Amino acid sequence: MGALKQYIDLYMSQREAIDAGSADVMNTLRPVALKALEGRELPDRGVEGFEKTSIDEMFAPDYGMNIGRLALPCDVAAAFKCGVPNVSSLLAVVVNDRFVPTATLLKNVPAGVRVMSLADAARQYPDEVARHYGSAASLESAGTALNTLLAQDGIYIHVDRNIKVERPIQIVTLTSTPVPMLTTRRILIVAEEGASLSVLTCDHSMSRDTAALTSQVVEIIAGERSRIDLCDIEETHDTQSRYNQTYVIQHAESNVAIGGMTLQNGTTRNEYRVNIAGRGCECHLGGMAIGSGHQHIDNSSDVKHCAPHSTSHQLFKYVLDDESHGAFEGSIEVTPEAPFTEAYQSDRNILASRGARMHTKPQLLIYNDDVKCSHGATTGQLDDKALFYMQSRGIPRDEARMMLMQAFMAEVVDTVRVEAVRDRLRHLVERRLAGYEAHCSDCKA
Amino acid sequence: MNELLKVTDLHASIGDKEILKGINLTVNRGEVHAIMGPNGSGKSTLSAVLAGNPTFTVTGGSATFHGIDLLDLAPEDRSHEGLFLSFQYPVEIPGVSMVNFMRAAVNAKRKYFNQPPMPATEFLKLMREKRAIVELDNKLASRSVNEGFSGGEKKRNEIFQMAVLEPCLSILDETDSGLDIDALRVVAEGVNKLKTPDNATIVITHYQRLLDYIKPDVVHILYKGRIVYTGGPELALELEEKGYDWIKNQVDKEAE
Repeated sequence: MGALKQYIDLYMSQREAIDAGSADVMNTLRPVALKALEGRELPDRGVEGFEKTSIDEMFAPDYGMNIGRLALPCDVAAAFKCGVPNVSSLLAVVVNDRFVPTATLLKNVPAGVRVMSLADAARQYPDEVARHYGSAASLESAGTALNTLLAQDGIYIHVDRNIKVERPIQIVTLTSTPVPMLTTRRILIVAEEGASLSVLTCDHSMSRDTAALTSQVVEIIAGERSRIDLCDIEETHDTQSRYNQTYVIQHAESNVAIGGMTLQNGTTRNEYRVNIAGRGCECHLGGMAIGSGHQHIDNSSDVKHCAPHSTSHQLFKYVLDDESHGAFEGSIEVTPEAPFTEAYQSDRNILASRGARMHTKPQLLIYNDDVKCSHGATTGQLDDKALFYMQSRGIPRDEARMMLMQAFMAEVVDTVRVEAVRDRLRHLVERRLAGYEAHCSDCKA
Repeated sequence: MNELLKVTDLHASIGDKEILKGINLTVNRGEVHAIMGPNGSGKSTLSAVLAGNPTFTVTGGSATFHGIDLLDLAPEDRSHEGLFLSFQYPVEIPGVSMVNFMRAAVNAKRKYFNQPPMPATEFLKLMREKRAIVELDNKLASRSVNEGFSGGEKKRNEIFQMAVLEPCLSILDETDSGLDIDALRVVAEGVNKLKTPDNATIVITHYQRLLDYIKPDVVHILYKGRIVYTGGPELALELEEKGYDWIKNQVDKEAE
């Protein structure tokens, strides 16, 4: 225990430098976050909600931070070689927390849409950013409070009222560092009333030999009747740790679909906290985890219905091979204020080897009688009968296994509503299950 | 070489239970063999063991398939070498389309023989041709393997796969079970169309009915894990008339 202290000490000694490298809107929240962290620890394994993953352990190494905002060497062009190129001309690269727009992005961003550095946005549009920054994320989470304390920059995506962004916005986030480092990144996505947009984030690491940790807090504010799609694909390395916390606020009649796909990683904890604040909303939460080696993938979801007549669907699927570990803890919460809620949650997992482990804990908290809710979790193995049937037709066992795994994951791929993104994801999943390494190994700068 | 399959003193178990207790069987090219017998005599086990189902353990004996040691091969390689098992209960594989399934099967075989994958147009043409043999609906091709297929469609699908893979030895395990008379006719006609002087078929069945359509050259009776009686086509008719009891009595009496 006690990993938090070193970062608070770091903050105390470097607060002026941290502020100087950021913007007022972000700096204003730091003292609030510091207060929220008083007497707190980062959650350890076994603490309620963190059964299998220790955040404290994740943060325990004495990582450095790039507070002085040195431009770390990174071959940005190499990012284009990654597995999901050309989905969109609206492409930006984020190196650690530094936003690097592409020429095509600057040329193609439609009117009424901002895709830019969060710190820059906070300087240029302080009122707008202040309205949303920190409005969805909860400082009750020590991880989020720490992120708020240290974050200097990140990504800001804002779509004005009734503007529909046709093309998906693609953000490639890269961790690139010559020394063990903590990256604190912040993403803020705002769709004003009636706006719609789709975002694809591809999380890569260019420093496969260097241990690195990313703390990322994503805030999504879905205005009334807005529509937001976010697909987040992680393809990093076994040296990488990631603590990703996604907070969503849905206003009336908004429609949000989020997919969290872990294809390659080291240790990952993803949290999804959805607050359905307005009536008549639709929420889709899809999660996929493909584990091999010693990968550790932990997803935690909480969809809270606070208004009537909304529906939510959660689907999480894991395929775990070798000695990989998976954890899922998901809940649906229906408050007394949310009659006529329909909420579903399903977690299905395949253990492809004897050494793989899955821990799952689906939960329902219902404080209203007039609802339709269900949840379920299954963990099993590949179907031996199907495997033998395929082999008897000449399909080699390994290929048959791969085909069955792909078929199993197809359901999660299909939760992605944007066709171009869905197709790329399907391709990536096929490659991953066929045993290819994540593409970032090619683009090691 | 005329001899296609030679099974000698084959023993196989599931767990501690021995099911095949010394099977001897020789099948020549161009022949149709029927293996009949009461329930639980080991008919399906024999077909499963020949196809390489890992549920069963071979505890003794040998099986030679056109000169090679069949029992030494992985199930997929047995298929590549020309063995085909039509399943009594074809397996449903949700999420794997028939087209992808067959493409994987066809190309795996080509790879085994160091051939490049089949070009897409050629593959589609092959599918079309072979579907016609068993009157298999084109719509089933885009569906998941056997998922939601009727009993008759599943069995037709088996013969369709057999037609595509062109095996030299086909084992039809209770292909008649669950089929109405029309489906039975279509399936049997499909099998007959695929018959050549170079290949052979083993029909495993409980009833004579299928043998009205697929005429056997040799009929074996399997009982308690052994082939206890071998005769010509007339043996099947005799069984239909008298049932299995006379065989059972005779064998059980000899055992005493």
